[in-house]
Amino acid sequence: MGQSITVTVNGEQRSAEVEPRLLLVHFLREKLRLTGTHIGCDTTHCGACTVLVDGTPVKSCTMLAVQADGQQVTTVEGLLTGGALHPMQAAFKEEHGLQCGFCTPGMMLTSIALLKDNPDPTDDDIRWALSGNICRCTGYMNIVKAVKSAAVQMKAAAAVPAATAAARS
Amino acid sequence: MLPAPFEYHAPRSVDEALDLLDQFGDEGKVLAGGQSLIPLLKLRFASPAHLVDINKIKDLDFIEERDGTLRIGPLFRHKAAERSSLLASRYQVMADAAPMIADPIIRNRGTIAGSVAHADPSGDWGTVLLAMDAELVLRSKKGSRTVKARDFFSGPFSTALEPTEILTEIRIPAAKPMTGGAYLKLERKVGDFATVAVAVQLRMDDGKVGSAGIGLTAVGPQNIKAEKAEASLKGVRLDDAAIKQAAALAADASDPKADHRGSVEYKRNVVRVFTERGLKRASERARGGG
Repeated sequence: MGQSITVTVNGEQRSAEVEPRLLLVHFLREKLRLTGTHIGCDTTHCGACTVLVDGTPVKSCTMLAVQADGQQVTTVEGLLTGGALHPMQAAFKEEHGLQCGFCTPGMMLTSIALLKDNPDPTDDDIRWALSGNICRCTGYMNIVKAVKSAAVQMKAAAAVPAATAAARS
Repeated sequence: MLPAPFEYHAPRSVDEALDLLDQFGDEGKVLAGGQSLIPLLKLRFASPAHLVDINKIKDLDFIEERDGTLRIGPLFRHKAAERSSLLASRYQVMADAAPMIADPIIRNRGTIAGSVAHADPSGDWGTVLLAMDAELVLRSKKGSRTVKARDFFSGPFSTALEPTEILTEIRIPAAKPMTGGAYLKLERKVGDFATVAVAVQLRMDDGKVGSAGIGLTAVGPQNIKAEKAEASLKGVRLDDAAIKQAAALAADASDPKADHRGSVEYKRNVVRVFTERGLKRASERARGGG
């Protein structure tokens, strides 16, 4: 009863035969061995398994792998570029936005989607956006600080090429 | 957790989906946002032999006001409702409810129509549709029929929807002038189901109530339309006495069960208080304030 699917995971096309009942999180962890996506509650509450599907945060325990056929999936493993941490990862590290790290992949992916929508969020915006991701260690204070810090870094980084282009013209 | 095995189908058109459902009968189930259905499959409360995923069908994600009717398609997601300027400006009861559904990640995928078809007595959208006097278009291979929201819900997780049908459109009377609405929800934490919630849709007419819709969430075996409370308001001035009377009638219409979220008395009292507040907020909005 296998069904063949092709999913672009972290920019790379991955094809596999899967049972329709296979959840996206199991496809990522067990078929592709991308174990950075964690399974927390397995009941759509905690947000630990959050990945981006076509750029949108989704709980991968609540989506079938076959539904991702033809779509783009980003996991925490996709954030590193050329050995350099994504600004969100760097900010979580700098601001101590994690303790045990279990919720962190989901936190960072949801936050990256937030900043794409809203590059300059308030603390309330951040807390609202992250209200589907549960952390049992940090009390959230440093997570909010990390996302704010990443927002500043990412805005500055986005401004540099624009300024350079403007200077050239 | 793994669902029981099923066959998966991803039709590209509504006709194709209806053919499949016709063929599968009781063994088929429509998958829209999946934010209720997939957990049910994992817990094996549901184990359909065939899942018909409608997410690959084009043109089902719509909202439009046309010919005096607000029309909402089966793939219109909670997130889109949360961001809709049309809902924010003209249908406040929906704009209030949208950001209170589950949590932001679930809202990215879950749909209004799916939530209504799922018919959880603690679901929010059914209550909103009852207050708004919505109609639901149910289509099967044999044709389509229109059912009023008040006739749609028949018990916990039970509706008039046949297994061979798809809820293809939600139809809501377009807001007339001097209409306002509100949705008030008490929840213990983000993402929890309502302890109690109340939906109000109010149209004022020359200083009096033209029509009132009141729906109740999580206080009975299904979403409840508080019809006696609605009727008590028609044609009257919305003064404190009228509001108090309607709120008492709404509390009478509720039939809550005691659980970890509260006692029967507590929940019934929240219905009363929220109906009062909802009517006041809706009337302010009908008059163009807030």
